[in-house]
Amino acid sequence: MYTLTKNIKILPIVLMALGLIGMAIGFSSAPGSIEEVEQILASQHHGGHGEGHATKSHDTHDAHAKQGHGHEAHGTETHGKSHDTHGEDAHAAHEKHLHHVLHQLQNKPWAALYVAAFFFFMIALGVLVFYAIQFAAQAGWSPLLFRVMEAITAYLLPGGIIMFIILALSGFHMNHLFVWMDSEVVAHDELIQGKTGWLNVPFFLIRAALYLIAWNVYRHFAVKFSKKQDEEPNGNVWYKKSFKAAAVFLVVFIYTESMMSWDWIMSVDPHWFSTLFGWYVFASMFVSGITVIALITIYLKSKGYLPNVNNSHLHDLAKFMFGISIFWTYLWFSQFMLIWYSDIPEEVTYFVQRINDYTLPFFGMVALNLIFPLLVLMNSDFKRINWIIVLVGVVILVGHYIDIFNMIMPATVGGSWFIGLPEISAVLFFLGLFIFVVFKALTKEELEPSGNPYLGESKHFHY
Amino acid sequence: MASKVAHAYYLDDEVLMDAVKACNVKHYHIEEVYTPFPVHGLDKLMGLPHTRLAICAFIYGLIGLTVAITMMNYIMIEDWPQNIGGKPSFSFLENLPAFVPIMFELTVFFAAHLMVITFYMRSRLWPFKKAENPNERTTDDLFCIELDASTAGEEELTSFFKATGAVEINFKNN
Repeated sequence: MYTLTKNIKILPIVLMALGLIGMAIGFSSAPGSIEEVEQILASQHHGGHGEGHATKSHDTHDAHAKQGHGHEAHGTETHGKSHDTHGEDAHAAHEKHLHHVLHQLQNKPWAALYVAAFFFFMIALGVLVFYAIQFAAQAGWSPLLFRVMEAITAYLLPGGIIMFIILALSGFHMNHLFVWMDSEVVAHDELIQGKTGWLNVPFFLIRAALYLIAWNVYRHFAVKFSKKQDEEPNGNVWYKKSFKAAAVFLVVFIYTESMMSWDWIMSVDPHWFSTLFGWYVFASMFVSGITVIALITIYLKSKGYLPNVNNSHLHDLAKFMFGISIFWTYLWFSQFMLIWYSDIPEEVTYFVQRINDYTLPFFGMVALNLIFPLLVLMNSDFKRINWIIVLVGVVILVGHYIDIFNMIMPATVGGSWFIGLPEISAVLFFLGLFIFVVFKALTKEELEPSGNPYLGESKHFHY
Repeated sequence: MASKVAHAYYLDDEVLMDAVKACNVKHYHIEEVYTPFPVHGLDKLMGLPHTRLAICAFIYGLIGLTVAITMMNYIMIEDWPQNIGGKPSFSFLENLPAFVPIMFELTVFFAAHLMVITFYMRSRLWPFKKAENPNERTTDDLFCIELDASTAGEEELTSFFKATGAVEINFKNN
């Protein structure tokens, strides 16, 4: 049985407290009026520091107007045009610009919260899929790690509830993360009008509830069957139930996950669409989830738990980290290249904005998510060395946080992005909550399952 | 090569592994083990050095990548720039995304093919080569340990192999 150490009890509480304070400051310091925005912009202009940032935000604004992009965030055709004819009403254009920045800055703490909430939620979901695949494939190497996986998926329920609350708050216009929820915008936007059959708040929330219920129901029964199998291993009755539940879940999951990614992520850019987006998000959650399994396994082993887990198990996890990192890149690039090549305006603006305004995070994440894991984990021996797995794991997690950041931020805060207090605080808060839930769940059961029919194979797993 | 070898045949890879362990305990010298499929962990038990094929694969991949970059740069940029889909090819970097699939494919192609050729050369395999395995059933369902029999007596080895679960034992003078 795993027992919480004092540090693991205090750490999440400290993280959550720091995160809450930081987020509170982030929310309270968001500007309330265009006068405040004017002050912020003025201080950026004359403040000496952040000069590059200020000029950058102006450049990007011009770029927006040229691409008719501001229109997406504002929903007014006149916005883009007012710049072309700015001799006449430069003042009005300036007002528009301030309004634009005001909305972006008001969105910023919400978007920071949303990115962090989704990031930790998707880790739990990614692990749940990995767990289900182990059962569906009747994998022999992994049963020793099942309790670790089950504990991580314990975050699915609290994380899912938080996601639903944030989405519901968006639906009730507490924030403006989803521009299609603004009836004023929809009234002036034919493209969104054509999508209202899918993108409307009641249906959106019903779908979100359905996905979350479906995944949590599987999680509930999967963990229950796994415990029952330990209690009554004879005849593998419960194991067979686990197998069937996993097979059904995987089919349900790939549809619901795909729709979830359209709803929760792709719809922040309601004009844009990509048909492989669901897979792309899935790759991100899968590799993040596997990485977290490896990190927690290494932590538990370092504390003397999981005696039967050997470095062959870690080797396999690291192979998955390596392979799925490449898989992620494959999808990331496939999506990019087709859109780049065809150059269709409503598709390509998505990447133009990211490359112009988000140059560092957009290309930086390729270094973090592909090049670093590829070069370091390529060596077979390195996949068995704990500190290398931890190092690469942390880099992969940071990289995939930035991936989610790149998915959400351009449409919600545009050129006004910055990884500052609200973003870091939100990550700290959810990291604390994640550690709290996961490690509490680890204490509930024996860390080594006893009834799994493949347990012997897992114990003797060697490569 | 030993002047006299023993061939012990097994029906199962786990039994074979245990037999190899027993040979190690007795300090018998294993010349070779023939198996119908790769057996995980056998190389470690036999004390074979770690393969260096992976290093070759990495180098071959780099060669493939270089060939692809040079080739695309020559064909698409230097020799005959074309305007495809409104993207004129005057700069390699600006057209890089279009070349990435080719770079990837040639990296894999070079790594895979050169690796196979290296493996054949290293294993001294070529077309029409006569098979080296002592019995063709080791390509079907039998596992065979080839042991140096010059140091121990036939009776001793026979009883030893019988005890480890061998189904058939032969001796052969070279």
